[in-house]
Amino acid sequence: MEKEKVISVSGLTKKFGDFTAVNGITFDVYKGEIFGFLGANGAGKTTAMRMLCGLLSPTSGDATVAGFDLYKQTEKIKTKIGYMSQKFSLYEDLTVKENITFYGGIYGLGNRELKFQSKRLIESLGLQSEANQLVGSLPLGWKQKLAFSVAVIHKPSIVFLDEPTGGVDPITRRQFWDLIYEAVKNDITVFVTTHYMDEAEYCNRISMMVDGDIAALDSPSNLKQGHGVDSMDEVFYNLARTAKRKSD
Amino acid sequence: MRKEFYHVFRDNKTLLLLFGLPVAQIVLFGFALTNEIKNSKIVVADHARDEVSFQIIEKLSASRYFEIESTLLNNAEIEEYFKRGDIKLAVVFPNKLQQELSSDHVSQIQVIADATDPNTASTLTSYVSSIINDYQQDLNISLGFPVQIVPEVRMLYNPNLKGTTNFVPGVMALVLLLVCVLMTSVSIVKEKEKGTMELLLVSPMQPFVIIISKAIPYFFLSLINLTVIVIMSVFLLGMPLKGSVVLLYTMSSIFILCALSLGLLISNSTNSQQAAMLISLMGMMLPTVLFSGFMFPLENMPLPLQWFANIVPSKWYYNMVKAIMIKGVGITAIWKEATILMGMTIVLLIISFKKFKIRMS
Amino acid sequence: MRTLRFLLVKEFKQIFRNRTLLPMIFLMPLIQLLILPLAADYEIKNINVYVVDHDKSTFSRDLISMIISSGYFKLVDYDSSYKRALSEVERNKADLILEIPNDFERNLNRDRVQKVFIAINAINGTKAGLGGSYLSTILKEFNKNIVMELDHSFDGKKALKRIDVVNSNWFNPYLDYKTFMVPAILVILVTMIGAYMCSLNIVKEKEIGTIEQINVTPIKKHVYVLGKLIPFWIIGMGVFSIGFFVISWGVYGIVPIGNILLLYGYLALYLVALLGFGLLVSTYAENQQQAMSVAFFFVMIFILMSGLFTPIESMPEWAKWIAKGNPVTYFIEVMRMVVLKGSGYRHIQNHFLIMMGFAVVLNFWAIANYRKTS
Repeated sequence: MEKEKVISVSGLTKKFGDFTAVNGITFDVYKGEIFGFLGANGAGKTTAMRMLCGLLSPTSGDATVAGFDLYKQTEKIKTKIGYMSQKFSLYEDLTVKENITFYGGIYGLGNRELKFQSKRLIESLGLQSEANQLVGSLPLGWKQKLAFSVAVIHKPSIVFLDEPTGGVDPITRRQFWDLIYEAVKNDITVFVTTHYMDEAEYCNRISMMVDGDIAALDSPSNLKQGHGVDSMDEVFYNLARTAKRKSD
Repeated sequence: MRKEFYHVFRDNKTLLLLFGLPVAQIVLFGFALTNEIKNSKIVVADHARDEVSFQIIEKLSASRYFEIESTLLNNAEIEEYFKRGDIKLAVVFPNKLQQELSSDHVSQIQVIADATDPNTASTLTSYVSSIINDYQQDLNISLGFPVQIVPEVRMLYNPNLKGTTNFVPGVMALVLLLVCVLMTSVSIVKEKEKGTMELLLVSPMQPFVIIISKAIPYFFLSLINLTVIVIMSVFLLGMPLKGSVVLLYTMSSIFILCALSLGLLISNSTNSQQAAMLISLMGMMLPTVLFSGFMFPLENMPLPLQWFANIVPSKWYYNMVKAIMIKGVGITAIWKEATILMGMTIVLLIISFKKFKIRMS
Repeated sequence: MRTLRFLLVKEFKQIFRNRTLLPMIFLMPLIQLLILPLAADYEIKNINVYVVDHDKSTFSRDLISMIISSGYFKLVDYDSSYKRALSEVERNKADLILEIPNDFERNLNRDRVQKVFIAINAINGTKAGLGGSYLSTILKEFNKNIVMELDHSFDGKKALKRIDVVNSNWFNPYLDYKTFMVPAILVILVTMIGAYMCSLNIVKEKEIGTIEQINVTPIKKHVYVLGKLIPFWIIGMGVFSIGFFVISWGVYGIVPIGNILLLYGYLALYLVALLGFGLLVSTYAENQQQAMSVAFFFVMIFILMSGLFTPIESMPEWAKWIAKGNPVTYFIEVMRMVVLKGSGYRHIQNHFLIMMGFAVVLNFWAIANYRKTS
């Protein structure tokens, strides 16, 4: 079966002065999969993701995202992607509803659609009683779930999640992954960076980054088999041991 | 406390701004600002076109106060010139100036000033009057004017009437005050915003040690700033430094401490960087400019405002800097200012600690 | 355009929800506008004079009483020690010393020429200059008086030629300094609000990270910048209007002579230019502290090099160029021209063109410098 590529990257490199953060990585992401990006802090995950989102311009290499060229059609890409950064990035001084309306609005959702989506979203997150509260007053886990829902409000082809579950309790993390699966069901491809190895197991395929290179790329079960170990933790240790770069 | 120094020094761009900008300001304003009124553009409407009017116009154009923009024949044009804005004054000579003088011994010259700026208007008017007066006296001396009192004027401290002596101490007070207040208040509020303040507060350090340690790096920074400013103003701007350098630094230290305490107080009363900055800049810039006394004479202000000026720290510092640098006086002449500044500092510190404690409990 | 609407709704909600900032934005400038013009009075009176009289004659006493009754001077002390006088100057108690030498009266009678000495504390150059010239005028007047007294026989008296200077002060006949300062201080306050608030705004989003979320959306750069500019433009208009109508007109009674629409047209353009400047700072700065320092630096220059307090003509050539590159200069001029002199469009045409230039350059620069991709 021929799978449709939604992200295709070849030789993508980012240098900051002498420092090569991402060193010529090449990979494809297929439609409908959950693609995990793993690696120690400072391995280059976030840099790679920020390039694909059009937040950072690459030093060299090629990439297409959602069928658009990363260099020439950056703004077109942006209509097709959603993004959630590790820093919480909704407006804390706006209410839940206002944040939803705002982001839906700038993605060009129509009024009816906007109303419908915000109602649906608030209900599915169980935030009915908090809908008119300032986002700043919500607990972190809820904020993260809200941020994810806002990132996919315009039904993008791909959503980029940069360490979405940092600092969140295990139960909320489970709920968060339920949201991700839900999104996949709606034909959204998920590109996620994480350093929680249990989360890695939830992904269809995983790429391990070490010192700006992709050290391994396969499904979790293949990776474990290839390394002859039982858990992703061990795979990670095996690969990350070779790192020269200090994690910060 | 070492942490604070790291904070301040690690951020190179901010550091450059902290040092570079105040110094640039001193130099810029030291050279550019002067209250003196010169090179003012005027027009003359010469209806006389005789020897007397020519001679007076000659004298006017020779004066460094005036630049004669053009000579008109028509009074209606004057208003048009004023409305376009760059002409400050018009001198109108009557039809038969010379003739009237020789027959009636008296004639009139009209001086019309654009009085939107009253200061310039009255100064220029008085310059024109005195030029005409001189001319008149010259005319009469040839007739044997009998008695003469000749004033011999000496300008003390600033013989060339440069604006520098007045503005440099003023700008020094202004810049030091604003930079200190702004930087301390904002840096503390920033920690509050980011939540790192809580981290410090749960540490075993005494709260007031924390607060002091935030202020100390800025104290040293300000001293360095002061040094650069003093060097610049003496060597580049030609400010005299007649008094003792030690005294200048001691007094400056008191002033800087006072400014830092003010910054602390502001930071204890606000919660966002934006608010802290608005209070320190928006709230303090113009009042500092006006109430220090270097722009406008304090004694002209209504009494309540003169009282108010007394609680503006820069007023006292401005007086001290002038006294030390220009007049070269010793501590005996400025102990009052010094005591007041110290008192202010203590009061400000007490209030900020009180506020700080209330927040803690 | 729809996107812009959402941006505006968001900005306004954020601004009006901020309970600490909002009163500051409106109250601080207005209170200052109410009080500061009272402090900005340049008319020099109350010059403290110390008279050192070595002569103690009728003449010297007449001269002194003439000086005091002129209204410009206040007698600090009347003494015969120059040294004491000087120490009073040092202590800032006296601005000016008039020293009348021994035999003042006798020499005038005998030699017909006599010197007096004036020493002026010249640290404040203007005060010194004006004080000196007031005193000289009084001396001349005194001189005239004694001519009559001494020389009844002087027959040239009738032949003396006199040129009277008749002066009229247009636009502000009572030489009211407040009329001059209020409009200009209003300009400065609006400038500060606009520049500070605006320069902090984008950089604040950088600091809290929300800007990334905006940057991954397909939003157009100019739409985003417009979304930031319009709210502050409206606030600027609001603050100006209250200051103009309530305080300047209502409290200080400054009735604008010129066309108010013309003034508002200029204000609208000026605000666009000013906010463009704020946005430009904001796009360059990495954090709020940096934005603040830079904004502070420029606002100081804007204020002090705008002809607000000190005349631009007296500045050195290079400084005049800085003043010409300062948008505030033009707005203060326009304010004073339109409000106080009733200048019309044709008088301020150039001002319009220049401000248009500022607006276009600053805003396009800000848009160009705002990068969604770093």
